[in-house]
Amino acid sequence: MLKIDCPFCGPRDEIEFRCGGQSHITRPGPHSEVSDTAWAQYLYLRGNPKGWHYERWLHASGCRQWFNVVRQTTTHEIKAIYAMGAPRPDVEGGS
Amino acid sequence: MRYSALSIVRNALTGHRHWQPAWRNAEPRSRYDVVIVGGGGHGLATAYYLAKNHGVRSVAVIEKGWIGGGNTGRNTTVVRSNYFFPESAAFYELSLKLYEGLSRELNYNIMLSQRGMMNLAHSRHQVEMAHRVLNGMRVNGIDAEWLEPAQVHEIEPLLRLDGRFPVYGALIQRRGGTARHDAVAWGYARGADQLGVDIIQQCEVTGFVKQGNAITGVKTSRGDIVAGKVCLSVAGHTSQLAALAGLPLPITSYALQAFVSEPVKPVLNTVTLSPSTGVYISQTDKGEVVIGGGLDLYPSYAQRGNLHTVENVVAGMLDMFPMFSRLRLMRQWAGIVDVVKDSSPILGPSPVDNLYLNCGFGTGGFKAIPAGGFTMAHTLATGKRHPLIEGFGLERFTTGALIDEAGASGIAH
Repeated sequence: MLKIDCPFCGPRDEIEFRCGGQSHITRPGPHSEVSDTAWAQYLYLRGNPKGWHYERWLHASGCRQWFNVVRQTTTHEIKAIYAMGAPRPDVEGGS
Repeated sequence: MRYSALSIVRNALTGHRHWQPAWRNAEPRSRYDVVIVGGGGHGLATAYYLAKNHGVRSVAVIEKGWIGGGNTGRNTTVVRSNYFFPESAAFYELSLKLYEGLSRELNYNIMLSQRGMMNLAHSRHQVEMAHRVLNGMRVNGIDAEWLEPAQVHEIEPLLRLDGRFPVYGALIQRRGGTARHDAVAWGYARGADQLGVDIIQQCEVTGFVKQGNAITGVKTSRGDIVAGKVCLSVAGHTSQLAALAGLPLPITSYALQAFVSEPVKPVLNTVTLSPSTGVYISQTDKGEVVIGGGLDLYPSYAQRGNLHTVENVVAGMLDMFPMFSRLRLMRQWAGIVDVVKDSSPILGPSPVDNLYLNCGFGTGGFKAIPAGGFTMAHTLATGKRHPLIEGFGLERFTTGALIDEAGASGIAH
C-alpha cells in the first residue's frame, strides 16, 4: 500500500487517490494539422517504463486536486511529488 | 513417448523408473527461421502450430525463466468465448473449439471442464446489457442462454441472490469453463518439442540485431541468435522488449491478482462473475476455490499485488458467497498484464520488419492461447495475417478502428 503525500492535504492512504497515467503528454495542435500518427501517439502510445514513472494522480476522495508523482514501477517507491505544470524533476534512471 | 493407459500400467509395473522428460532442455543454435520470445502458452502454441500446421521446424522458443512460469501459471484458468463484436467472437470461438479438442490433439490431458461461465446481472440495466450481449453472441453463432434468478439458484445454490448486489438473472455460456493452465503450457511444449522445436529456458533476450528497419537476430544472455522472424509473446513485458527494437506500443502494464483458498469439498458448479464487483470465482478439481478480481489501480511490474485490492476482491466474493467467510486463502499472487485501451489483443506484423507481435491480451490471455498460437503461426509462416486477426493489427490505433470489448462485453477491467 502506498502512502501518498498530497501537496494539499498531507500524507494519505492510496485508496483515496486515482492514478491518471503518464504525465507530461502534450496535446498536439492545431487540430487541423495533426496527422493520424501524431494523434494516435497522443491518445494511445505510453512509455510504460520498468523503472521510474512520471505520472498524474488525483486526490479523488480528498481535495480533488491533480498533481504529479515520480514512482518506481517495480518497488512502488515514490521519489518526488510536484505540481501540475511544474517541470519534470530529474530522477536517476528516470525516463 | 505416447501417453496412454497402457503406458501408465507399464511404468507402474517397472517402478516408474522409465518416464522420459516431456521435452528436451535445448541449447541455443546459432540460427533459426523463427525465434519466439516468451515461453508461455502463446509462445509455445505458436511454435507447436508452426511445426504442425506449416512444417516450419527451425523454431526456437526463448524463455527468460521457465516455461509457463509467467502469466500462464498465474491466471484463473477460465476459458470462454462470450464476446460481443464479430471479430472477437470468431477469434475466441476458434480458441474454445481448439481447447475442446486439445487433450486428444496433444495427447496430454489439459483437464478441460466445460462447467459453464455465468455472468450475473445485478440491476435491470445490467439485465438489458446482458441481453444485448446474449443476442450478439447468438448472432455470432455462440451458445448463450439467459437464466432467471430461480435457475441461477438451481445451478449455484450457495450464491446469495439478495446481497448488496441482488441477482436479477445471469447470462450463461455452458461451453465455457476451466482448463488446467500448466498442462496447456506443458502439452504444447511437449508437442512442439516432438516436432523439433527447441525450447530454450533460462535465456534472456537482451536486445535485437537490426539492419536498417529489419530485425535479423536476437541478442541473448547465452549469445546472439540469427533469426528470420521474431515473434514477441511476453505479455506485460512487451513494452520493454519492443523498446529494445525501437518500437513504442499502446500498452500499459498492471498487476492482476488471483487467489486460491484451502481445498474444500465440491461446492461450486460453474465459473460465476459479478460485473458490479468484477469478482469471479470457481473451484478446482482439487477443491481449492479460485478467486479473481479487477486490476490493481496503478501501473506496476511488481508480481505481488496490493493489499487493498485483496480486500476489495474478498469483500466482493463474500457478498456473493457469504458462507466462504471462514474459508482461508492459501495463496495470492499477481501477474503483469499488458492492458490496451480497447481490451482487444494486438496480433500480427509490426512496423519493424521481421518483428511480429502477440500481445495486448491484458487480463484474458489464457483463454486465447490456442487461437493466438494458431493464427500467429499462420501469420509467421505465410507472411500474411490470418483472416481472423485482420482486425487486431497495431494500426487500428492510428486508423481508429478499435474493437472496444471493454465497453461491449463488459470486461470488468
